[in-house]
Amino acid sequence: MPYLLRRLGFFLLTLWAALTLNFFIPRFMPGSPLQALRDRTHNKLSPAALEQMLTSYGFKPNENVLVQYVDYLKNMVTGQWGISIGATLGEPVTRIVRQALPWTLGLVGVTTVLAFLLGSLIGTVAGWRRGGRLDSLLPPAFVVTSALPYFWVGLLLILVFSVWTGGALPSDFNYDSGMQPAFTPAFVFSVASHALLPAATILITSIGGWILTMRNNMITTLAEDYVRMGRAKGLSDRRIMTAYAARNAMLPNLAGFAMSLGFVIAGAILVEYVFNYPGLGYLLYNAVQNTDYPLMQALFMLFTVAVLVAVLVCDIAIAILDPRSRERDRSGR
Amino acid sequence: MTALLVDSSTATGAPVRRRGGGLWAAVRGSRKAMVGLAIFLVFAVMALVPQLFTSVRDPNALQFEPGLGSSAEHLLGTTALGQDIFAQLVYGTRQSLVIALVAGFFATVLSVLVGVSAAYLGGVSDETLTMLTNVFLVLPTFPLIIILATYAGKGTLLVILIVLVVTGWSYGANQLRAQALSLRNRDFVESAKVRGERPSYVIFKEVLPTMTSLIVANFLGAALYSVLTAAGLQFLGLGDPNSISWGTMLYWAQSQQALQTGLPQWSLAPGLCVALLGVSFALLNYAFDEIGNPALRPVRSARKRRRLRARRTRAGGP
Amino acid sequence: MPAAPVLEVRDLRVEYVTTRGAIAAVDGVDLDVHEGEFVGLVGESACGKSTLLFAIAQLLSPPATVRAGSVVFRGRDLVTMTDRQLRSLRWRDYSVVMQSAMNALNPVMSIGAQFEDVLAAHTQMSGRQMSERSVEVLRLVGIDPIHLRSYPHQLSGGMRQRAMIAMALLFTPDLVIMDEPTSALDVVAQRSLMVQIKDLQRRLGFAVVFVTHDMSLVSHFSDRLLVMYAGQVVEAGPTRTVFDRPAHPYSRGLLDAFPSVRGPRVPLTGIPGAPPDLARPPAGCRFHPRCPVAFDDCSHVAPELYQVGEAQARCLLHAPDRPAATAPTVGDEKDEAVEDEAVEHEAVEHEAVEGEEVRR
Repeated sequence: MPYLLRRLGFFLLTLWAALTLNFFIPRFMPGSPLQALRDRTHNKLSPAALEQMLTSYGFKPNENVLVQYVDYLKNMVTGQWGISIGATLGEPVTRIVRQALPWTLGLVGVTTVLAFLLGSLIGTVAGWRRGGRLDSLLPPAFVVTSALPYFWVGLLLILVFSVWTGGALPSDFNYDSGMQPAFTPAFVFSVASHALLPAATILITSIGGWILTMRNNMITTLAEDYVRMGRAKGLSDRRIMTAYAARNAMLPNLAGFAMSLGFVIAGAILVEYVFNYPGLGYLLYNAVQNTDYPLMQALFMLFTVAVLVAVLVCDIAIAILDPRSRERDRSGR
Repeated sequence: MTALLVDSSTATGAPVRRRGGGLWAAVRGSRKAMVGLAIFLVFAVMALVPQLFTSVRDPNALQFEPGLGSSAEHLLGTTALGQDIFAQLVYGTRQSLVIALVAGFFATVLSVLVGVSAAYLGGVSDETLTMLTNVFLVLPTFPLIIILATYAGKGTLLVILIVLVVTGWSYGANQLRAQALSLRNRDFVESAKVRGERPSYVIFKEVLPTMTSLIVANFLGAALYSVLTAAGLQFLGLGDPNSISWGTMLYWAQSQQALQTGLPQWSLAPGLCVALLGVSFALLNYAFDEIGNPALRPVRSARKRRRLRARRTRAGGP
Repeated sequence: MPAAPVLEVRDLRVEYVTTRGAIAAVDGVDLDVHEGEFVGLVGESACGKSTLLFAIAQLLSPPATVRAGSVVFRGRDLVTMTDRQLRSLRWRDYSVVMQSAMNALNPVMSIGAQFEDVLAAHTQMSGRQMSERSVEVLRLVGIDPIHLRSYPHQLSGGMRQRAMIAMALLFTPDLVIMDEPTSALDVVAQRSLMVQIKDLQRRLGFAVVFVTHDMSLVSHFSDRLLVMYAGQVVEAGPTRTVFDRPAHPYSRGLLDAFPSVRGPRVPLTGIPGAPPDLARPPAGCRFHPRCPVAFDDCSHVAPELYQVGEAQARCLLHAPDRPAATAPTVGDEKDEAVEDEAVEHEAVEHEAVEGEEVRR
């Protein structure tokens, strides 16, 4: 129980830190939302209208900072994210976000989880079969792929599969322009072909890391006494590999997955930028370019929540798989 | 970019090297480490004496005919604006290397400070520091960096460095704290305490030297992180567009649609350099893992071993 | 015990392949274990006793391999058997108990699940039959069957060891191989565990090979005693004989390191020096650099195991063609009261060996 409380406290603390950063950064940096808004609307809107737009996401320059802060927190948490003041001037932030969310979830979310699962599987088998020619070739190869920058792999794939093939695979956007979203085979096919290169980019760059960590963990685990005991008991190789070795080797990997989400988000932003894929990362980039504060704030909070949720899921998974963790105190002593 | 996740996971338990001693010998024996080191050295030379590699003195000047392909005179052709790509590449090495080493160094220093202090102070200080570390770890730092870099006025180098250090220390801090904790109970630390040594002595003379390999691994990881993140930032246009670096090359290439207009090397070459520098750090990092945990070393076949032994005895013994 | 031995090890040689060359951790060991016999295997750290144990049980992992010799279990040579053939023998005919249950039990599975694992691997028992059998063996060692649901970290050290022993008896095998199962326990728990093991052995009739570094502990329970040094057996014989009248200077040294608490005061003697580097063992007798009674031949003639009364010793002092007389006899200083003092021995002389990092 104290463990759960502690985790909850941690989540709330992190969320609060993110929101606070979000609040104070614009206010301490050069430039001001008011000025930006005025520029964007080409001075066409009345001051009252301007002020109304600003207050919609908590920017009340004339009020006490503390009051603003509390209002802001309240707004963020209740989903009142205001109105966009960037390129999509006037649109409610919630709507913009809702349109982009499924694309990022689909592309980045699915490929990341896939890379993790597939990578762990390959790593398990690789660790189990040590010493072959494969084992001396693979690790260096994957060390290399895991250090490649996301955007470079993306650019390379675009060059090879899109430019050189004269456009056989699309390198832009999430579906052919002019199509209406519907569950028709044509649309689905279009979506799939547009998602192929970005997904491949993410998969190629992230799978290497998982394969290597799982392999290393397996090797360390295989040296443990209880694995030898499994052999002594005459259990089948498959049983030892899964229930004795992999199940223990997996645990640090799961913990690592939660910590890797920072990179996942970085990757999402870069890949979406390179491929003009209209997900949340692309949105963030544009919001920053256009000083669209309300959108930026909402996105930053969303990213934080997404990471926290993933951390929570991993924690639960570890609690299920590792009976020791249910009683262990988080400080690791 | 997921190379950073490959950590030895034996931070607490593996047989630990007492001093930096046989480290060089171990590095020499690892093929991965040698390749990584070689790549790094090439870049280091490029950064120090770019004049060796190209005759162009000001790579950013628009002095050549734009859009040329590879030739003897312009090894990689010219950009759409009339600059020699290869020259830009060579001169750009400096900034990338500086970023990697400086940001990596300071991030590591911060990690060590926080991690080891947390382990030694214990109690509330430990709890606070650990909480702080975890919060930084979980915060989505790339969006944060983007936001910070934009507000700070189209990132000068200093801003980028600060931002990298502030976001890059948390990963190492956890690992270092875990190892410091486990070392706390080891015999040699106990005996130092019993001898009456001051805590600062214990930390600096006994604990830190034993953690050398982990600290070095952390440094390499932080350097890798810095290189890739800085390149990503500059690629997005958040760096100084007038500076000479691989990242800004990428930015200009992208904004001029290099891939689609027949100048792919403008985009790919700097990207490749970023990748290579990153790979060299990743290889060194991985090699350090193997050094720290011998079980991970490549299992040499019996035939190779016999050949090795024969070679050694011919050379007069190991 | 005239029947054929349950286990016959002949000339076993186990090598570790390292960058420095092949190191023989076990060099030409013979061992016989008869039905229901309790054999103690004693030696310092890194003398090869655990390697020998794993070699017998066919549990070696690279870089260790069996180079030569045979391990004949009920007439079949385990060394030449394939994995599949071995698998049918494992646990049913012989089982293993390891040193630290905390490391030897899978931390993420409950005790009951680990029992079921092995039951399911070798039989077609139904779920209910498996839990019945599991309860039965737990009762044998005095653990409340409710702990079938517990995880290893939830049990105390002593309970964990007993659970491991219970697991080893699931099929009431003919032979149970034990690698220092008491070393991780405190003195009191050690003794009670030993008593329990002996009791189970008498009741169920299995043979035991018990490896330990603690000679005095095992000597109260074993029928025969083997002493190992530097990968070789240096003395073997009935426990009483080896303990009261050790024929090899090394065994004598081991015993002299534990003087009796009662009786006349004698100076504490150890064995100076350290065990040899097995990559370059000493020429001749491997013990001669540390031996108090070594003479010229010892440095270049490698002794065989020579018969000394009911025991055998690998010492040139007992070579049949040697003029005897110079072999100093032990046992003069030892009291008959030695048997009663075993408990005090342990209380005074035991060193903790927890966490000893021995590459076996």
